[in-house]
Amino acid sequence: MVMSYESKANRRQFLKILGFSTLSGLGSIPAIWALTPQFAIRNLQSEKRWAMVVDMKKFRTEEDYKKCIDACHTIHNVPDFGNPKDEVKWIWKMPYRNTFPEQEDEYISDGVKQMPFMVLCNHCKNPPCVRVCPTKATFKRIDGIVQMDYHRCIGCRFCMAACPYGSRSFNFREPRPFIKEKNPEYPTRTRGVVEKCNFCEERLSKGLSPACVEACKDNKALIFGDLNDPDSEVRKVLESNYTIRRKPELGTQPGVYYIV
Amino acid sequence: MFEKALSGDRRYWGWIFFLLLIMGTGFIFYIKQLNYGLGITGMSRDISWGLYIAQFTFLVGVAASAVMLVIPYYLHDYKKFGKIIIFGEFLAISAVIMCLMFVFVDMGQPMRAMNMILYPTPNSIMFWDMVVLNGYLLLNLIIGWTTLSAERNELPPPKWVKPLIYISIPWAISIHTVTAFLYAGLPGRHLWLTAIMAPRFLASAFASGPALLIILCLTVKRISSFDPGKEAIQTLGKIVTYAVIINLFFFVLELFTAFYSKIPGHMHPFQYLFFGIEGHGKLIPWMWTAFILSIMAIILLINPNMRENENILIVSAVLVFISTWIDKGMGLVIGGFIPNPFEEIIEYSPTVPEVLITLGVWATGLLIITVLYKIAVSIKEKTV
Repeated sequence: MVMSYESKANRRQFLKILGFSTLSGLGSIPAIWALTPQFAIRNLQSEKRWAMVVDMKKFRTEEDYKKCIDACHTIHNVPDFGNPKDEVKWIWKMPYRNTFPEQEDEYISDGVKQMPFMVLCNHCKNPPCVRVCPTKATFKRIDGIVQMDYHRCIGCRFCMAACPYGSRSFNFREPRPFIKEKNPEYPTRTRGVVEKCNFCEERLSKGLSPACVEACKDNKALIFGDLNDPDSEVRKVLESNYTIRRKPELGTQPGVYYIV
Repeated sequence: MFEKALSGDRRYWGWIFFLLLIMGTGFIFYIKQLNYGLGITGMSRDISWGLYIAQFTFLVGVAASAVMLVIPYYLHDYKKFGKIIIFGEFLAISAVIMCLMFVFVDMGQPMRAMNMILYPTPNSIMFWDMVVLNGYLLLNLIIGWTTLSAERNELPPPKWVKPLIYISIPWAISIHTVTAFLYAGLPGRHLWLTAIMAPRFLASAFASGPALLIILCLTVKRISSFDPGKEAIQTLGKIVTYAVIINLFFFVLELFTAFYSKIPGHMHPFQYLFFGIEGHGKLIPWMWTAFILSIMAIILLINPNMRENENILIVSAVLVFISTWIDKGMGLVIGGFIPNPFEEIIEYSPTVPEVLITLGVWATGLLIITVLYKIAVSIKEKTV
């Protein structure tokens, strides 16, 4: 009798466990969904939006500009042709009146008038270059980076006509002989394709900050981070400073902000 | 039918070999461009389109203008155009082929041209331009060849071409509208960002295309026994007159908006083109030439008594053609890039290889016109 009772109890217990585990199994479906790659991609879309704040107050000497520019151009194998016609550049200096032409004012302080601004690709939220590209060789990533596929670009240069910031360069000649020191970590380009700043996506994927940002980390002249993270440094800097963006009236929503 | 193009007098073959020579020269320089890169041209990161895309834009208009014969003939039963309609269609074929060639020689990576089809991107206007231009080429090839074959066999054209002809009418408008959209949808390029870009394109197209057709028809009349008919030529003259005036009117509209609003970005390209900025003004003589020629053409064309004189008509047609070629080619494309997005004035002039490649493409187009017109004229000489 005892034996049979025990076995009955065991059976009842077993059924109970089975029932619970089935329920919990059903209950875990959302969790399984959450872990499937599709869901992960959808989640990522709202996860990050990379942006940069250029603090012009921190750029004082020629060296402050040079180290950022050199860091970028060396690491990305940007060729130096030595003439403006063939020029390729990812980040460079521009006078105030050229960077913000619509802000022209003859009475603006000399300090600002003389100050060269750092300009680079704005990684727009609504990038006109992406809109016009006939092959999707330039595309916007889910984290907001506007990237180039050098292998797909047909060199039609529609993106260069579309970019209202003059951020894009074209390889009018074979660039490789004009690279001073090749960095094997990043691809060189061929003639006939467009290129531009990529917010150092190759470094971000390794958890590093962009090369220019790292080059001027002593005085924090460039601040980089995620706009969607309210605790990120860029968000804090944007909250505590008045910043401007280039040609905001075009609705491109640039991801590069300036503290004048 | 093609055998008609293979028999001709010494003048004909001399002309063919002359064109082949220019094509060959252009081809040699294109090989050089392939090896060196587009740096062989005068283009730069600031003026990233130049002579090639200027020719492309202008020639899309020439191609679209065939519709100015198709509408009167097929929709209004204007019989006088019956004899020359094939010349309009064959001109369109040649012009579209030149357009495609100019886009091709402008590519940095021409070997990857098929990427446009492998990765079709409907949000790019260039994708649609490829679709409409190739479609228009196909339509005109089928329509032109079928109607001419029928004429040779002294039969009416088959019924199935009629729907294609009707489709070709809005299609012609579409090629020029889509080409205008390449420019008119770009933020930050003030000269191009205008809603009347497509109407302006069509007005200049209906001036330049029929003007070229007048030149071609009168040439055909001179060198063959085929007469396109005085009235047909005169009607073309009327079309050119209206179109060149509407084109000038649209230009004045642009000037008003720019200079009355006084928005600097809107004024700058016009100031650069006609007066120069900061001492830069390579296009000033060209733009004034275009402007003065179009005024001269209007003066000559607007008086019917003068227009009826075929010598005056052909001179006016040449003036219109040159004027629109400058204005809608280099004026439009280069003017759009100056000032650049940094409001700097960086100028452009084409290089010798660039000009030779351009001439090579034009020679190819002329060769196609010559061969197609030769076929058409040989058939018409027999049937008329």
